[in-house]
Amino acid sequence: MNDPLNKYILHLADNALILAQRNGEWCGHGPILEQDIAITNISLDLLGQARNFYQYAASLQGNDATEDSLAYLRIENEYRNGLLVEQPNIDWAQTILRQYFFSAYQYLLYEKLQASDDAQLAAIAAKALKEVSYHLRWSREWVIRLGDGTAESNRRMMQAVDALWRYTGELFIPADYENQVGVDVSLIKDAWTEQVNVVMAEAGIQLPEKTFMQTGGKQGIHTEHLGYILAELQYVQRAYPNSSW
Amino acid sequence: MVSNPTITESQIWDILASVCDPEIPVLSIVDMGIVRKVYLEENNPVIIITPTYTGCPAMDMITMQIRMALLEHGFTQITIRSELAPAWTTDWMTDEGKRKLQEYGIAPPNPSTTPLSEQIIQCPQCRSNNTQLISEFGSTACKALYQCQDCKEPFDYFKCH
Repeated sequence: MNDPLNKYILHLADNALILAQRNGEWCGHGPILEQDIAITNISLDLLGQARNFYQYAASLQGNDATEDSLAYLRIENEYRNGLLVEQPNIDWAQTILRQYFFSAYQYLLYEKLQASDDAQLAAIAAKALKEVSYHLRWSREWVIRLGDGTAESNRRMMQAVDALWRYTGELFIPADYENQVGVDVSLIKDAWTEQVNVVMAEAGIQLPEKTFMQTGGKQGIHTEHLGYILAELQYVQRAYPNSSW
Repeated sequence: MVSNPTITESQIWDILASVCDPEIPVLSIVDMGIVRKVYLEENNPVIIITPTYTGCPAMDMITMQIRMALLEHGFTQITIRSELAPAWTTDWMTDEGKRKLQEYGIAPPNPSTTPLSEQIIQCPQCRSNNTQLISEFGSTACKALYQCQDCKEPFDYFKCH
């Protein structure tokens, strides 16, 4: 349960699951039908990634662990997702920006992970990379559209930057388990920053020069938002243990 | 009925060709390129499949349908394994599958080697090339939504992947 590979796989899975859950809150509430479908399609892709990682982690753990027990029966401080993905939707701008920051990161990460010595991690990454390229293209276009849109959409995008920028630093600071088995995320920081700068310039959005970066999610120290997500996600399994479809 | 000792792999393929994709019922799982390998282990079938999209909810149902089809043909020891690598691509869809898709009203996927900027998506109704992307995400994970600028019909495009 505590070896670095297991922690790393759960970290990858948790990132995907929590963002899937967040995006899924838009189901039936998207600004227009096509975009409602788009954001929930992205949720579905992320959920698929999460399932693949959880299944793999469960197979390594043994002891009756399953993809469900890993998703439904761990508490906040056992979750190792980054703080970015657990931040609330607030509005479309914040949802889009969260997705863009994350997809740009995930694309660079999976590009490297597909060359991993671990065959299963490499296979999941290679498979998911194709899907992430869609997420990245879609969210990038929306960031530009909103930033370079009306005064109101620009204001909302600026607010989103203020709310989310502080959670991006953590993505590129390797946790102890990443240092031992994972992709060295510090090496993808420059490529990420460069891409984000180009898109933000096109969107007419000024990024903060220097700011405090909040960390801790990858070690299990979360913002207050994660508990609420897990409460909703895990309620049925907690109330009716071992229930299944 | 017990497992038939004279069964061949090609007969298994024939049985699998009768299993349809639950979301796109005109396509069999063989047309889709989901079945990667079939072999016999002591006359028991082993089927290797690969998911289209990681989150595709049809995959669980497809696995069940394969099992049902083989049970109906008398097999009791059936192994179905899902393998992720190499990752599924629409290039594995058969020509027959692409033809069936178009007849069904879904524009078939272009070869994945075509750069995005050069892709022409043909309207499956009137065959016009004058079409426009409405949304990169459609009714299922594998499709995008387009509209024909000539006949005005909206249609699904099976994304190349």
